[in-house]
Amino acid sequence: MAAKSDLPQGTLDLLILKVVALGPVHGYAIAQRLQQVSRHVVQVPQGSLYPALHRLENRGLLAADWKETETGREAKFYRLTRRGRAQLETEAASWQRLTEAVGLILGMAEGGAE
Amino acid sequence: MSWWHRLLRRKQMEEQLNKELRYHLDQHAADLVAQGHDPAEARRLAKLALGGTEQVKEECRDARGTRWLEDLWQDCRYALRLLRQQPGFTVAALVTLALGIGATTVMFTVVNGVLLKPLPYLEPARLVILNEQTKKVTSPIWGNRWAFAYPNYLDCKRASRSLDLAAWRYSGGLVSEHGEAEYVDGFQVSSGLFSVLGVPLLRGRAFLPEEDQRGAGPVMIISYGLWQRLYGGSPAAVGRSLTLDGKPYTVVGITPAGFRLNADEADVFTPLGQDPSPSMQRRDRHPGIAVLARLRSGATLAQAQSELGLIGRQLAAQYPDSNEDRSFAAEPLRPDVGDVGSTLWLLLGAVSLVLLIACVNVASLLLARAVSRERELAMRAALGASRSRLVRQCLAESGVLGLCGGVLGVLFAADGIRPFVAFWPGSLPRAAEVHLDWHVLLFAFAVSLASGLLFGLAPALRAPAHDLEQALRAGARAVAGRSRRLHSGFVVSEIALAVVLLVSAGMLGRALLRLSSLDPGFDSRNVLAARMALSPDVLRNPAQIRAAWQDVLDHARRVPGVLSAAVVDTVPMREGNNPIGYWNTPAIPPADQQPLALATSVTPDYLKVMGIPLLKGRFFDDHDRIGSEHAVVIDDVLAARAFGGQDPVGKYLWLPNTDSPFLSGSAGPDAARVVGVVRHVRYWGLAADDQARVRAQFYYPFAQVPDPLMRRWSELMSIAVRTSIPPLNVVEPMRRELRGATGGAPGDQALYEVRTLGQLVNDSLARQRFLMLLFGIFAGLALLLACVGIYGVLAYVTGQRVPEFGVRMALGARAADVMQLVLRQSLRMILAGVVAGAIGAFVAGRLLVRLVQGVRAVEPLPFALMIAVLIAAALFASFLPARRASRVDPMIALRQE
Repeated sequence: MAAKSDLPQGTLDLLILKVVALGPVHGYAIAQRLQQVSRHVVQVPQGSLYPALHRLENRGLLAADWKETETGREAKFYRLTRRGRAQLETEAASWQRLTEAVGLILGMAEGGAE
Repeated sequence: MSWWHRLLRRKQMEEQLNKELRYHLDQHAADLVAQGHDPAEARRLAKLALGGTEQVKEECRDARGTRWLEDLWQDCRYALRLLRQQPGFTVAALVTLALGIGATTVMFTVVNGVLLKPLPYLEPARLVILNEQTKKVTSPIWGNRWAFAYPNYLDCKRASRSLDLAAWRYSGGLVSEHGEAEYVDGFQVSSGLFSVLGVPLLRGRAFLPEEDQRGAGPVMIISYGLWQRLYGGSPAAVGRSLTLDGKPYTVVGITPAGFRLNADEADVFTPLGQDPSPSMQRRDRHPGIAVLARLRSGATLAQAQSELGLIGRQLAAQYPDSNEDRSFAAEPLRPDVGDVGSTLWLLLGAVSLVLLIACVNVASLLLARAVSRERELAMRAALGASRSRLVRQCLAESGVLGLCGGVLGVLFAADGIRPFVAFWPGSLPRAAEVHLDWHVLLFAFAVSLASGLLFGLAPALRAPAHDLEQALRAGARAVAGRSRRLHSGFVVSEIALAVVLLVSAGMLGRALLRLSSLDPGFDSRNVLAARMALSPDVLRNPAQIRAAWQDVLDHARRVPGVLSAAVVDTVPMREGNNPIGYWNTPAIPPADQQPLALATSVTPDYLKVMGIPLLKGRFFDDHDRIGSEHAVVIDDVLAARAFGGQDPVGKYLWLPNTDSPFLSGSAGPDAARVVGVVRHVRYWGLAADDQARVRAQFYYPFAQVPDPLMRRWSELMSIAVRTSIPPLNVVEPMRRELRGATGGAPGDQALYEVRTLGQLVNDSLARQRFLMLLFGIFAGLALLLACVGIYGVLAYVTGQRVPEFGVRMALGARAADVMQLVLRQSLRMILAGVVAGAIGAFVAGRLLVRLVQGVRAVEPLPFALMIAVLIAAALFASFLPARRASRVDPMIALRQE
């Protein structure tokens, strides 16, 4: 198993939005998917997943419906609202910019800054 | 979903949260089983991965954003439960608060109705009152403001572009219907009055402009009250004919119930323009009318003022004789409530002090409880409650207490307000406006909440923050010392507030005693005075008027029990007075420098009726009549002012011809020979006379009032009689006797405003008595509350110190020593309170001196007396806990430790 890293502050919301953007999904599946996609690098603390979901729902970025799963049980499926999609786009863009900038700095040739 | 939605569906949301988390766990466990774990182990791992389920739920609840409300709700329910568990405490606190809040609400309701509410007209902020204005201050009483002359009003109305003007004046007369004559108050109003005020008539119509002039058909609007009285509210009343002062009028409209002008109600309204008296058409020596106006849309007060200034200058150029230096002023129309305002604010202030004491009392009760609950709070803190959470919980408790007290207080106020208004001396202006409304409810709500927070704050801030384990280990006792200072603070402030109220009550009581022992200057026992409306038929002819008054006096003397009778225009201590200028030489100074004296027109028996002592010379007799030399009798005040040490009898008093009632028609002032000197009468009331602006008095014979003034004077005259039996017993026989005493003319006449002089003297101190009574009640209440507070605090503090007393006694202290210890502690608090209170009382005293007539600066005797009463009561309250402390059994006390 690869080394696990903690999520930087605020990124959990972004990741959740991204996962939910792929289609309606329930809480457990979000946790699963985050873990799988990140090849187990990102360990979502399950304890903070649900408060985060409720907070996003409360802010109107997510909406939720109760639906039957393939196993025949009722689960709470989250989907992105229009505001959530807009939020995802701006946050993703700013994340992109930030990582590029950080990448540039890290990629500097040693001694290049004179 | 909005937050209140989430709040309302809390239960459903809770269920969904459970279901969601359960699904998560089940799913995770199932996956783990599929990976080859044993089911029980899988479940354990799944739970482990999620973290504490309860904790996750808490965090999810926080995420909802309605947390504080749920907590508040929970706190309130908890508070109610606690209050129910301690009925003794709850009842004591609630009664204290209900009294405090109730009394404050009653006072605020009155202040709101009388002083704060806008006038009951349409858009009252755009209404203005108009006066004539002269450059010079010509009268020390009215300054440079004058009532309007009717022609000036008409000119202003025509010329003004920014104002819609309307005018009115007081009138009244005998209404005859069903063979009964009744005197009713009336107004003469201009045709536009109701539309300017924006008051629609209940039925019928207002006067038309063409009806508002001489020669138009007589029309009348009647009040709702008269409509009910005479016609039983029948719609057919409009169009009927009603006789006023012998002249038939057609009723064209009915005013809505409670309609008032200048805070006065009246029963009949007639067109102002139809007034027949010639003086109405004059610009000088006119009867005076009141003018009000509404700013037209878009116009401002400043525009209106400059426009009126312009009109004033034009009229001054046009009519220099009457209008020189005369202009017109406009001011916003405000409710005229006289000087009631200061009394009301004073009472509201006093009652707020009582409320403050009540709050302090409840605070000390709560504090005592908080100290004994220290352990509970420490336990909660130890279990993870944050300090702010605990403070909120404590505040919720006191808030609930405050609101419950407020609800009781409002119920109490709803019952108390009517008796209070009825009890007001004289009649409270705008009394009809005084009732509970949403302003009052809002006020009561704010006051209850504020007092809840006020008395809850001190205990709440004691919520434990640190030293938890010490608090837990030691329990309540060890921390009692910390609260002792707060407790003494409460006692000190209660005593201080009580001192302020007690000293104020003492000052008022002292003033009342001094004032009631004053001599009014006449013998008020067994004297009756009533206004008299002569028959309208009599009033046509001056000779007939004189005959009728003679007839009235003759008939009155015939009534059994009547010793003597006189006719008089202005009666002491009743409304109405006639100040006119005088001088002791013919070279009279200009009007604004003339001294003024109260002139009273009387018949010869007046001195006998009133029991006023004659000091020098003679009083009038039947020889003082038209044609003989003008005679006046002056009082000792006027004698001293006008003639110094000289004997005034035989000298002359000169009256400016603008004021003189003799109206001799000469170019210079009228001369009147002083024939006698009588004692000064406290005309303005026992309390007010000393500070009155016009004190000097003189009397002149009614028989010398000239014919042109006879009708006007007759409308103002009263009859006064001295009786040998209780004066109210002669009222009915006299009414019957005087009905036909018309000097031979036909028609009915009536007595109204019947008063005994005893009542008038009494009423002249009514405000002082009323204030004294209320302050007495407030002070008593304050004293009681303060004593209860001291008792409670001492009982509590000594209770905390029982083990200490045990040790002291075990070491040899006697019961008396312990008692002394407790009493000394209480005395220290009491004295500190008295010192603080004395400063407050001094300030309050200066306020009373300014606001209440007859109150003198803080006198040492009542001051000392009141403080002695307070200290005695407070010591008595501390005696019981002290004695209990002295009877502590050392063995038991030590075992408690």
